[in-house]
Amino acid sequence: MGELFQVGMGDYKLAKPPDKLITAGLGSCIGICLLDPKSRIACMSHIMLPCSPNDKKYGNPGKYADTAIIAALDAMKRMGADTDHLVAKIAGGAQMFRFSGNSSIFKIGERNAIAVEENLEKNKIRLLNKDIGGNVGRTIIFDPANGELSIRTIKEGEKVI
Amino acid sequence: MIGVNILKEGWDRISQAQLDVLREVANIGAGNAANSLATMLKSKIQISVPRAKIMPFADVPDFMGGAEAHAVAIYFHVGGLVQASILLVMPVEKAAQLVEMLLGSCNASLTGSFSDFEYSALMELGNILSSTYLNALSTFTKMSFKPSPPALAIDMVGSILNTILCQYGEVSEMALVMETGFKKDKVDVMGNIFLLPEPDTMDNIFTSLGVIV
Repeated sequence: MGELFQVGMGDYKLAKPPDKLITAGLGSCIGICLLDPKSRIACMSHIMLPCSPNDKKYGNPGKYADTAIIAALDAMKRMGADTDHLVAKIAGGAQMFRFSGNSSIFKIGERNAIAVEENLEKNKIRLLNKDIGGNVGRTIIFDPANGELSIRTIKEGEKVI
Repeated sequence: MIGVNILKEGWDRISQAQLDVLREVANIGAGNAANSLATMLKSKIQISVPRAKIMPFADVPDFMGGAEAHAVAIYFHVGGLVQASILLVMPVEKAAQLVEMLLGSCNASLTGSFSDFEYSALMELGNILSSTYLNALSTFTKMSFKPSPPALAIDMVGSILNTILCQYGEVSEMALVMETGFKKDKVDVMGNIFLLPEPDTMDNIFTSLGVIV
C-alpha cells in the first residue's frame, strides 16, 4: 500500500508508485498533474494564480501557473525523470460564486486555465485530458502507476480522466 | 467565527498586543452581528471568546472544518478607505436550519437543494450580519466600510476559500484567522464570519485605533 501525499494550496509535490497525490477542494485554483510515463515519476501542483509578479518577493513558485510548471520540471529532473516526454492532466478552474456581478476575482478560474494550457505548451508537455471550469469544487487524486486522475465533486459525483 | 487575514509580508511583526486589539475588534463586530441574529431568530445568541491563529493559506480550510466539508459561503467585498473581504461560511445543514427558522420551512432540508427564495433569504441574512459587523468596526475605528452586494457559493469549503484566498496570493502566504462561535441554546447556530483585509489595511486599522505598528 502506497501513501497519499497531500498537496496544499500553492504547493507542489512529487510521487512514484505505489504512492499517490491528492489535493482537496480545488475551486478557481488548478491541479496540474505531470507524469513521466517511463520512470512513473509524477508531480502535482496546486496553482492559485496565472502568472508570477515581477516582484519575486512573495516567492513560493508553486502559487503561479508559469513558475509552478518550471519548478515541477526541475524537481522531476532531479528525481531522475525524463522531462522531454512528459504528459499532463489538469483539473479545476471553476467559478464558485453565483450572483457575483463582474468582480474580476470571480473570473480567476478561467484565467488560470488559459495560463496553465499556455505554459504546458510552452514547455512542450502534452496535455492528455482536462476537467476545467464549471461551478464545482473538485478533490483530485493522481495515481502515477496508471496515470489516472480521479475527480471527486459534491454536485456531480466522481469520475476518472 | 471571525477572521482577520494579515496579507503583508510583515505579518509576523504583528505583536501579541496587536493580536489582542484585533480580537477585541472581532469581538465587538461579532457581538453586534449576534445581536441582529438574535433579533431575526427571536432568541438568545451567545458568542464565544475569539480565537486567533496565524497559519499558511493551505491550513485555513482545515481550520474551517476541512477542505471537503460541504458549506454555504456568502461573500462581500468591502470598499472604501479599507479594502477587505468578508466571508460567511456555514455548514449546509446549519444554513438549512437557519432558513427554516427564518421562513418556517426549508426546501433544502427535504430535497438537498435550496430554492431561489431561500438563496435570497441566506444572502439577506449575510447582508444583515456583515453590515452589523462592519457597523461595529466602523464605530470602533471611525473608518467607513462599504460592502458590495452578496455573492453566494455552496460547495467544498476548500474550493470556496481557494477563490477568495487566491486574490491575496501575490502578497502573502500566511493568514491570521480569528474565530468566534455563535450559539443558540449551547448549540452552534451559524458558521463563521471571516474578515480578510487587503494589504495596508491592517496598518490603517492599527493607526486609527492608536496602536503603534
